[in-house]
Amino acid sequence: MLQFVLKRLLLAIPTMVAASILVFLMLHLVPGDPAIIFFGDQPVTPERLEEVRRQMGLHRPLVVQYLDFVRGIPRGDLGRSIHNRTPVFEELRTRVGSSAELALAAFVVAIALGLSLGLLSALWRGKWVDAGAMLVALGGVSMPIFWLASMLIFVFSLKLGWFPAIGFGGWNRLVLPAMALGFISSATLARLVRSSVLEVLLQPFVTTARSKGLREAVVIRRHVLKNAFIAVITVMGLQFGTLLSGAVITETVFARPGVGKLLVDAISNKDFPIVQGAVLFIALIYIVINLLVDLSYAYLDPRIRFE
Amino acid sequence: MRTSIPASASSNAPDVGRPAPRSLSREVFRRLRRSKSAALGGIILMALVAAAFTAPLLTPYEPLEMNPVDRLQPPNVRHWLGTDVFGRDMLTRILFGSRISLQTGLISVSIALLIGVPLGLASGFYGGLIDRSLMRVVDLMLTFPGILLALVLIAILGPDLFNAMLAVGISASPTFARVVRAAVLSSKEQTYVEAARAVGCTNARIMLRHILPNTVAPIIVLGTLGVAGAIIAAAALSYLGLGARPPQPEWGALLSEGRNYLRVAWWMTTFPGLAIMTAVLSINLLGDGLRDALDPRLQS
Repeated sequence: MLQFVLKRLLLAIPTMVAASILVFLMLHLVPGDPAIIFFGDQPVTPERLEEVRRQMGLHRPLVVQYLDFVRGIPRGDLGRSIHNRTPVFEELRTRVGSSAELALAAFVVAIALGLSLGLLSALWRGKWVDAGAMLVALGGVSMPIFWLASMLIFVFSLKLGWFPAIGFGGWNRLVLPAMALGFISSATLARLVRSSVLEVLLQPFVTTARSKGLREAVVIRRHVLKNAFIAVITVMGLQFGTLLSGAVITETVFARPGVGKLLVDAISNKDFPIVQGAVLFIALIYIVINLLVDLSYAYLDPRIRFE
Repeated sequence: MRTSIPASASSNAPDVGRPAPRSLSREVFRRLRRSKSAALGGIILMALVAAAFTAPLLTPYEPLEMNPVDRLQPPNVRHWLGTDVFGRDMLTRILFGSRISLQTGLISVSIALLIGVPLGLASGFYGGLIDRSLMRVVDLMLTFPGILLALVLIAILGPDLFNAMLAVGISASPTFARVVRAAVLSSKEQTYVEAARAVGCTNARIMLRHILPNTVAPIIVLGTLGVAGAIIAAAALSYLGLGARPPQPEWGALLSEGRNYLRVAWWMTTFPGLAIMTAVLSINLLGDGLRDALDPRLQS
């Protein structure tokens, strides 16, 4: 197992390096001079432009600039915001809490909903429960998250007044965003749980377990779910990625001060250092989550370790 | 003389006494018709496409026609889906918006196909260094979850509808490349490729005339489902103000306009959202049906 962990960790490094190169190059891929982009719409003299070019190190070779950028990452030096001159790292740090809270709550909703819908559907295959659960899941796959979020605000906040519509802080401001994001993410999970459980139900060891006289609940819990989970865990991990991108939109709809909203605002304001920082942050989180998924996968299924 | 062997040649050996095999398209259509959900999806989609084409005939209003006297009217006999803050008829805007949104989905997927298919084809066919380097690029693109890559591209290209389509198309292309590569890998070992090589076909000809037609099934399925994903992604970008801009009646942009009036005009948000959901649902139903119809494992 240790060898597998080390191998997988080593494999994640080139991906991280490649992601950092892409994020670094972003500023240089944008049409126009990065120093002009730095000033945004503000008027600027050629002398000041040259001075900023020097300050930003744009006169140096691209490789040197990149190495400087990478060296800054562990120190938390990701540059400064063009608009309010605050360090990008600070902007990210103050918003991580809100995003993490939303992601975790939505993840719990997604798993609870996805597992129960998928399981109900598989165990009652061909019955109305199956049709109903899969219809809900199909609705979830086809529904734009920003619309669901708006509808939740309309019903539960504006009409019933149960929860605040926007903002951050307190569990009651978390319910609606977590429901919206969790529901959308649960749809794919429910469909996968259904097909995995159905596949496992046909395996000979399930027939054996039943013929031994085990109760159905025990067969499902000990034999079916345990084996169906291997495929499900991978998708749960991948769903976390969907959740991260969904969070970008959810945070905007509910005006939550998270990393996603920071990113969208920065793109609109052409605040490139913030865009770079936020994209790098989300990509790194995604890589780490994928790494953890792979490790848990190998832990659950010993065959993976020996491949 | 150089002769080409059709892609299906291997399975077309003379077989006396057996009825002639049905063509793939006829067989797929037959299976599709048997699936009620796919048929329902197809019918809804056709209705939406027909509505998009005949929009000017279906409504007496213009999508950009302002009428301050009628502003923020709830659904009524004259305006079935109500009016927006400028008195514009919502049904008209949604109908004309379907032209933009459906096109956006199609164009985005076409871009994804144009990038992803050649990449996957070359990667799977040549293997070795070409495969490894192309797949590293694909893996790198997949490092960015969902809409994030599209957001990065919008940041580079600037916010606008065409750039949103480009961004959605480019960010969907790695999935196409991966799927095509997998299909090519299984296809290139087949006897008909060997036969084509034996009669002296060039690599390009083998790829385009023999392998590509045999990888068309997964491309069709992924492409169809991709249109649904692209409509949602492009609408999301417009909703965030990074795609279509007002007064363009793109569905995501309509929803974005409505969000500030949610308290007083629920119809401005509800109906464009339902339109997106109906279109995406119908395409998903059709895509699921196509997947079942084209899945070789079910064709025994």
